[in-house]
Amino acid sequence: MNLLKIKALRVYFPTDDGIVKAVDGVDLNIKREEILGLIGETGCGKTVLGMSIMRLIQSTTLTDGEIIYKDRDLLSLSDDEMRKIRGGEIAMVLQNPMTSLNPVIRVGEQIAETIRLHQGLDKKAARKRVIEMLRDVRIPDPEKSVDSYPHQLSGGMQERVMIAMALASDPELIIADEPTKGLDVTVKREIIRLMKEVTAKRSMLFITHDLGAAAEICDNIAVMYAGELLEHASVDSIFSEPLHPYSEGLLNSLPERGLKPIRGISPSLIDTPQGCRFHPRCDYAMEICREKHPEMVKLEDGRAVRCFLYA
Amino acid sequence: MLEVKGLSKYFSSGILRKRYTKAVDDVNFSIKRGETLGLVGESGCGKTTLGRSILRLIEPTAGKVLFDGIDILKLNKKELRTFRPRMQMIFQDPDASLNPRMKIRESIAEPLKLQRVEKCEIEGKVQELIERVGLSPEHANRYPHQLSGGQNQRVVLARVLALNPDFIVADEPTSALDVSVQAQILNLIQDLKRELNLTLLFISHDLEVVRYMSDRIAVMYGGKIVEMGDVEDIFNDAKHPYTKLLVSGKEVV
Amino acid sequence: MRGALKSGNVFCKNRIGVTGLGILSVFILTAIFAPFLAPYDPCEMFEPMAPPDSQHVLGTNDIGQDIWSELIYASRISLFIAFTTSIIATFIGTLSGLFSGYYERFGFFVMRVVDLFLALPRLPLIIILAVFMPTSIWNLIIIFVLFGWPITTRIIRSEVLTLRTRPYIDSERMMGAGDLYILGRHILPNIFPLVVVQFVMEARHVILAEAGLSFLGLGDPTSKSWGMMLHYAFEYPTIFISEVWKWWMLPPGLCIVVVILALVFVGFALEEILNPRLRREIV
Ligand SMILES: Nc1ncnc2c1ncn2[C@@H]1O[C@H](COP(=O)(O)OP(=O)(O)OP(=O)(O)O)[C@@H](O)[C@H]1O
Ligand SMILES: Nc1ncnc2c1ncn2[C@@H]1O[C@H](COP(=O)(O)OP(=O)(O)O)[C@@H](O)[C@H]1O
Ligand code: SF4
Ligand SMILES: [Mg+2]
Ligand SMILES: [Mg+2]
Repeated sequence: MNLLKIKALRVYFPTDDGIVKAVDGVDLNIKREEILGLIGETGCGKTVLGMSIMRLIQSTTLTDGEIIYKDRDLLSLSDDEMRKIRGGEIAMVLQNPMTSLNPVIRVGEQIAETIRLHQGLDKKAARKRVIEMLRDVRIPDPEKSVDSYPHQLSGGMQERVMIAMALASDPELIIADEPTKGLDVTVKREIIRLMKEVTAKRSMLFITHDLGAAAEICDNIAVMYAGELLEHASVDSIFSEPLHPYSEGLLNSLPERGLKPIRGISPSLIDTPQGCRFHPRCDYAMEICREKHPEMVKLEDGRAVRCFLYA
Repeated sequence: MLEVKGLSKYFSSGILRKRYTKAVDDVNFSIKRGETLGLVGESGCGKTTLGRSILRLIEPTAGKVLFDGIDILKLNKKELRTFRPRMQMIFQDPDASLNPRMKIRESIAEPLKLQRVEKCEIEGKVQELIERVGLSPEHANRYPHQLSGGQNQRVVLARVLALNPDFIVADEPTSALDVSVQAQILNLIQDLKRELNLTLLFISHDLEVVRYMSDRIAVMYGGKIVEMGDVEDIFNDAKHPYTKLLVSGKEVV
Repeated sequence: MRGALKSGNVFCKNRIGVTGLGILSVFILTAIFAPFLAPYDPCEMFEPMAPPDSQHVLGTNDIGQDIWSELIYASRISLFIAFTTSIIATFIGTLSGLFSGYYERFGFFVMRVVDLFLALPRLPLIIILAVFMPTSIWNLIIIFVLFGWPITTRIIRSEVLTLRTRPYIDSERMMGAGDLYILGRHILPNIFPLVVVQFVMEARHVILAEAGLSFLGLGDPTSKSWGMMLHYAFEYPTIFISEVWKWWMLPPGLCIVVVILALVFVGFALEEILNPRLRREIV
């Protein structure tokens, strides 16, 4: 049932100031046809987690744990095998289209390049296929857009191109890192709808700070804080009844829920707080929270929480 | 207090055959003292250009901006310089709003120096401002890249407050920030506004945020203000199709 | 200050940069302390065309001057011309770049002049000018400055153009800061690294150009540079037939190459340190 199983994943960056523990013991499963949302504040390690599944992290990084995709540990594959998976079964939609698209190549050619690599089509057939794909992601006038340069398209259209490129290899798993960042509300909504549609028969890890978008598209949500997961639950249950104090704080800081911020700031990933990493900012903090590090606890309805309130 | 009449800003492009982008097109509105006017609209509709034209950070093509009866667009360079500290702007990207080579302490001291505050008083005032915006004293010796976006936006607020302005244009001050940090900054702006009786033009493309912050809302579309009214009127009884789209969009989520 | 220290630290880690700086300092110290380092007065005459021995490490030239001493004194002239030119050219380039980036209309006119200079064929013009002007160090410097500043202007201007639109410059204007204050306190410090890089580039260029001109005989005969040494050596009829070139031509030629290499190294290192786009690792 599980398509991807992440076990005790650690990703550490050695830097001048110390070791940045960007991902620190994450366990996470993605089922077939599941859309899993990963939410959390800036710098908590979401992008690094996504990148490490794709093995796009630089080589000086210290990585430990297992990322098992269909019975194969991605972390122990050879570079060649990994490249095949990256362009084929797993695809990524990146945070910023303006920097991920090559500004001097027409968008059609950029998409064609990926499909020609994987499907061995000739130039003409590839072009036809690209136009079809652009139509699939609802780019208006695809015959014309195929010959545009990225800067001639609006932010929303660029994002559509990114999605088309990710779909080119017909992947089973898509990792989307903030695909709606910097887009307008109205455009954002269209992109979310599109993503929901194209992922109907696929799995997706949807990384975002946009709780609204996550609520709309995801089946389940994982909440990340300072390199670890704090809560894992279905969308409905987490939005109606967040269990972890941090999840509750995040939801309450939404404008439509009264803009009540969480006090304090997120910790540096070099020296995270002792005990529960959230305790300096937690309103429910108890004696034990300062001393012991809570484990992820499975509750009976399938939810999991890392907090002594539920231990 | 602030009255904008027929304000337009056209950008021309092309050398031989001039083409014009009407970024702001015949905009009229006024803001009362102590009021917050929210300005919403999709990106590229001219919100930023409007804000910058009012403050004359760019020269508008036509129109009038009356501030306490004085037409800002008619001031000469020198008059403008002495007038300016009364109006301030907060920008979208807090990291880019601070000189990267200046420590936070120097950045906050800048406006005080420009106001010719006595040297011996500056240090004390800087400390006061740092506390006022919720930073801690140890931040004073750091550089902007060593602080988070939210903390930098607090520094920007401290700089603005140092000048005792009457009127502030806040251009999407939280769109580069996280939800939880956004909430902190918006609350801080609200508190300061009440305490100091500030007048605010609050620009955002997030209708929910504008609703929380503003007394009245103006909706901008394609360089024009297409609808303006009290917050609840806009939410309950939107007239313009774009406003309807915006309002309905929020219900889906 | 901490920023400067930090880049200093990074510089030390950069082996190429340290090597370049080391070599350069040796040459600069040699130039400064030439009277103490040179065994003889470079004008003093001995037996001409003596091969190297314990008296004259590099032998003597056609009129009997000690080549080793000549070489040491020539480093003074070569480096003086190079550094004086770069200081003046970078200064003019920086100032005009600052103002032409900040004031659009002024910039428009300056850039037309710059375009003109950059469109002209640089080397032939320098040679023609050098032919018609009386040869002296200062005339050489004037010629090099004339063709050196426009590049700096253009580079500095384009940087100022982007800095000018930064929100922190706008917020400074909103606080009532004047143009000169903004230029001096907020823009100049941010382009300073570029200025340093330009300075190094220009010095490298001038060393080569000066050597070339002097070699052609267009240098100042009264103050011998490495280029002039090459010129005189080359004029000696049997220079390549005997072994004389090994101690008369090779040393000044090597000096020129090594100094230029050192400047290239320093330039490389500076650019790597100061350009965050090159420094950042791609994740
Ligand atoms: N190459 C690197 N070297 C050192 N530290 C790094 C590196 N890449 C990321 N980090 C650090 O790892 C942490 C997690 O970064 P990451 O980009 O995953 O955050 P994020 O949750 O995606 O944030 P955002 O929401 O802003 O995209 C941060 O503290 C970041 O500074
Ligand atoms: N300096 C400029 N030159 C030319 N066009 C510009 C310039 N600044 C803004 N524009 C154009 O003016 C319009 C309004 O832009 P802006 O005010 O930044 O929108 P908003 O802040 O609402 O997102 C856009 O079409 C933009 O491309
Ligand atoms: S473990 Fe304690 S400090 Fe941590 S979230 Fe739970 S109650 Fe708060
Ligand atoms: Mg990220
Ligand atoms: Mg804007």
